[in-house]
Amino acid sequence: MDTFQETVFKLKRYWSDRGCVIQEPYDVEVGAGTMCPETFLRVLGPQPYRVAYVQPSRRPADGRYGENPNRLYKHQQLQVILKPSPADILDQYLGSLEAIGIDLTKHDLKFEEDNWESPTLGAWGIGWQVMMDGLEITQFTYFQQCGGQDLDLVPAEITYGLERLVAFLQDAPSIYDVNWTPEVKYREVRLAEELQHSVYNFEVADIETLWALFGLHEKECQRLIELYKTYPDKHRFPVLSAYDQVLKCSNLFNLLDARGAISVTERVGVIGRVRRLAVGVAGLWVDQNKPAEAEVAAQ
Amino acid sequence: MNSLPLLIEVGVEEIPDWMIGPALNELREGVEKMLAAERLGGKLRLADATPRRLALIFDDVLERQPDADELVMGPPKSAAQKNGAWTPAATGFAKKNGVEVDALHFETTPKGEYLAVRKKIEGWWSKYVLAEKLPAIILGIHWPKTMYWAGKDGPRFIRPIRWLVTVLDWNVVEYEIAGVRTGVMSQPHRRFNPSRISISAENYVEQLREWGVLISTEERKEQIVTGIRQLVAGTKLIPNVDDSLLHTLAYLTEWPTPIMGSFDQEFLTLPEEVLVTVMRHHQKYFSVSDAKGKLAPHFIAVMNIPGDPDGLVRHGNEKVLKARFNDARFFWDFDQKKKLADRVADLANVTFQAKLGSYLDKTNRMAALVRELGGNADAERAALLSKTDLTTEMVKEFTELQGVVGGLYAKAQGEPEAVGKAIYEHYKPVSMEDAIPATAEGRIVSLADKIDTLRGCFGIGLIPSGSKDPFALRRAAQGIIKILIEGKLPVGLSKLSNGDSALSDFLLDRVRYYFKDVRGFAYDEVNAVLAAGADDLGDAEQRLAAIQAVRPTADFEPLAASFKRIKNILKQAGFQFTGDVDPALLEPGPEQELHAAFNALRGVVGGMRERKDYRSALALIASLRPAVDKFFDKVLVNAPDENVRRNRLTLLANLLTEFSTIADFSEIVTSS
Repeated sequence: MDTFQETVFKLKRYWSDRGCVIQEPYDVEVGAGTMCPETFLRVLGPQPYRVAYVQPSRRPADGRYGENPNRLYKHQQLQVILKPSPADILDQYLGSLEAIGIDLTKHDLKFEEDNWESPTLGAWGIGWQVMMDGLEITQFTYFQQCGGQDLDLVPAEITYGLERLVAFLQDAPSIYDVNWTPEVKYREVRLAEELQHSVYNFEVADIETLWALFGLHEKECQRLIELYKTYPDKHRFPVLSAYDQVLKCSNLFNLLDARGAISVTERVGVIGRVRRLAVGVAGLWVDQNKPAEAEVAAQ
Repeated sequence: MNSLPLLIEVGVEEIPDWMIGPALNELREGVEKMLAAERLGGKLRLADATPRRLALIFDDVLERQPDADELVMGPPKSAAQKNGAWTPAATGFAKKNGVEVDALHFETTPKGEYLAVRKKIEGWWSKYVLAEKLPAIILGIHWPKTMYWAGKDGPRFIRPIRWLVTVLDWNVVEYEIAGVRTGVMSQPHRRFNPSRISISAENYVEQLREWGVLISTEERKEQIVTGIRQLVAGTKLIPNVDDSLLHTLAYLTEWPTPIMGSFDQEFLTLPEEVLVTVMRHHQKYFSVSDAKGKLAPHFIAVMNIPGDPDGLVRHGNEKVLKARFNDARFFWDFDQKKKLADRVADLANVTFQAKLGSYLDKTNRMAALVRELGGNADAERAALLSKTDLTTEMVKEFTELQGVVGGLYAKAQGEPEAVGKAIYEHYKPVSMEDAIPATAEGRIVSLADKIDTLRGCFGIGLIPSGSKDPFALRRAAQGIIKILIEGKLPVGLSKLSNGDSALSDFLLDRVRYYFKDVRGFAYDEVNAVLAAGADDLGDAEQRLAAIQAVRPTADFEPLAASFKRIKNILKQAGFQFTGDVDPALLEPGPEQELHAAFNALRGVVGGMRERKDYRSALALIASLRPAVDKFFDKVLVNAPDENVRRNRLTLLANLLTEFSTIADFSEIVTSS
C-alpha cells in the first residue's frame, strides 16, 4: 500500500507525463490551491498552460484542534490545471486514479453536479464532485470566470483532497492514522500544527491586530493598482506582488471569520473589499500579459 | 422510396441528474417537429437517456424528402398589372423566383387578389437535411445553467459534448459541434475507460447493455427496486424507498446496483431525523427500518457498477457514513454546551434581511405577533427560541434541519413539550402537500413567522414578480392560508395584511389558488364566495361547501343568472341604494308577490346565516326563482313613473344585497 508521499509522487509523475509543469507550493497563505498565482493568474489570458502542484490550504474555520478524524485546519490539495482542457480530460483523470491503484471495475464512481464559486475571487466554474464509494475524492471544475473576467481558454481544474484520498486508499480510520512514510504517521507530522493553529484561530488571535493588518494589506494593494496606471514600463510592474497582498487580505478575512469577529451583515462587505482587489489585480495581469500587437497580427 | 432507421446519440460529460428528463423531452420534441416540417416521416422507437447520453431512434425516416409545392405570394393585383400590362413589380417578382411572367397567376385571398407563383420544391436527401438542422436543435436545448468549453466563442451546453452519433441506416449524417464530428463511435460505461464502441440503430440497446450501459431509465429504476427487494429478502427489514431519490439515482448511474451496508448501533441514539438526513440528502442512501418502523442500523447505497464481490464499495460507504455520523454527534455534543435560551442574544449577529434587521429583531416581532394572535405562554416561548438553532453547528452543517434541530434541542434541554414541538414544526407546511403543524402552538408560531416575513418584505418593496421570489413569499402565503383554513383559526385576512393592499391582494390570490387548485372547487364558485367576503376563511370554506352542494339543484343556476341580470340593471340605472321599498307603490301581481316572497324569506334566511347553515339558506334563496322569473316576465322595471321605477329598483337592490352575503351569485358562470 502506498504511503501519503508515494501517492503524491505518483500523481505528480502522472501529470508530469501529460505535459504539466510540476510546481512547488506557493509560499503565501491560501485557502485553496485555486488561489495560487499559478492558477488564479495563469488561467487568465490566451496563453495555454499546464501545471500541477501540492498546495497546503488553510481554512481557519475548519480547524478542530486535531480532534476530528476528518476535518483539518490545513489540508493538502493536489491541484492540476490544464488550459485549455483537452477533449479526453475525464479519461485522463480516471487514468490518474488508476495510476494510484484504484481499480475502476471494483469501485463505485459517480460525477455529481457541484458548481464552484468563489465570491472573494470573482471566480466561478461548472463541474462535479467526484464520488468514490460515497466519498468525495476530487473537485472537478471547468473555469468560466476568474477575477471577474470571462476566460479565453476554458481550463479544467482538478483538485484532489490528498488526506481524504489517501485515508481512503490506506483504509485508515482517521486522517491522523495515514502513513506519511512507512514509519511516520500523519499525526506525527501535523497534529501539533492543527492543535496550535486551532487555539490561535479560535481563541488567541488578536482581533484588532488582524483588522489592522487587513487594512494595511488592502491599502498597499490599492496603492499598487493605482500606481500601475501611470507606471511607465508596464512589464516591470510588480503585479505579482500586488496579488500577494490580495492573498494576505483573503487569509486575514478567513482568520477574522473563524474568530467570530465578522458579523453576517459585515461579511458581505468584507468579501466585496477582497473581491475588488482580486478583480483589480486580475485586470492588471491581463493587461500586462496581453500579446504584443505584432504577435497578434502574426497569428 | 426507402424508409430508414435513424439513430441519434449525443454524448455528454455527466449531466446533472435533475436536468436529464426535461432535456431529453426537448430534444425529442425538437427532432420530431423538424422531421414533420421537413416531410421526412419517422416513427419514434426510442427516446431515453443516461447521465452521459441523450438517445433517439426513429424508424421509417425517408431517405429523401418528397417533392413539394410551395405557393409564393407577390404584390397585390393592383400593383402587378397596369392597363393589362405587367408592371416592374411583377417582372421583378418573377425574376426573383426564377420564372417567366407567364408562369405567374393570381391568387384570391381574404385581402383581395395577389400575384403568386407555385414553385416546385425538389426533395433533398434526408442526410443533408438532418445535417443542416440537427446541430441547432441539439444546441437549442434549454439548460438551467450552461457553460462554454471550446473557447469564449464556442457553443454553450450543460457540459462538454464529447461525441456525436447520427446514423441514417448505415450512413453517418455528417455535422460538427464544437470540433466534435459525428460518427458511429460511442463510449461505453466508464469502468471500461477509455474504450470506444460502435453502435447502430439496429442493436443499440443491446450493444450498450453489453458495454455496461442500460439506456432505459425505467429499466435502471427497475433494476434498483428489484435489487433492493433481493437485499432485504428473508429479513424483516423495510427499505424506505421513495420515488424522488430513486429517480435521482437512476439518472446518476448507467448501470445501477444496490448494496446494503450497516452502521454501529450506538449511532441510533442520535435523532432519526439527523441520521436520515445524513443518509438520504448527503449520501443519497435509502434508510432502512425494522419491522416496528424504527430506524435500523443499515442503509442501501446504489453503485454505478454491476457488483461488489470483495465488499470494497460497501466498506468504503460504511466508513464515510461513520465519519458523517461522528460529525453529527460532535455537533450535537458541542451544541449542548450552550442552551437555546442562551443563544437568543446571538441572533443579533445573524442577518434576516439587510433592511429588516437581524433574526433577533425578527424573533421579537414574532413574539409580539404570537401575543396578538392569542397564543399562550408556550407559543410565545417557542417563538422566542424558534430561530436560535440557526447559530448551532448542527444547522450550519445540515441547513435542511432548521426548526427540527431546534425542536430536538429544546426537548433535550428540558423545555416544555409544547415548546419543543412548536419549534420543531414551525416551518411547516413547506409545500401545498405538506401537513400543517399538529399543535396549536406550532400553528401560531408558524403563522407569526410567515406573517412577519410577508409584512416585512412587502413593506420594503420585495414583492414577488413572475418567477422571481427569492424569499419564497408565495410559499409563506400559501402556508398561512393552509394553516388558517385547515387549522380553523379565526384570524381575519385583513388583520394579517395590516392595511397593506398589495399584501392583501397577494394573500387573496393564494386563497383563490388554495380553494381552486388544492381543494378542487370550481373557479366561479370560489369567485362568488370570495366576492361576498374573504376575511374569515373558515367561513368562506363553509359557504363554498354550501354552494357546491346546492349548485346542481334545478333552481340555482337560473336564479344566479337572474341575479346577474339584477346587478346589470342596477348598474345601468346608476342606482344608489336608498332604503326600504314603499309597499304602496308596488303593482299587484308578480311585483307584490316577489316582495312578499322576499319578506317571507329574509328573516328565515337571516337566521340560517347566523347559524352558518348556509346550505339551507342557499336552498331557500334558490326557491325564489319562480317569483323572480315571473317578475322579469311581467313587470317593466323601467316604468315611466319615476317613483315606481325607483321603488322597483329598490326592491331589486334589496333582494341583491340581502341575498348576496353568502356568495355573489353574479359571479357564477351559468351554462344557459
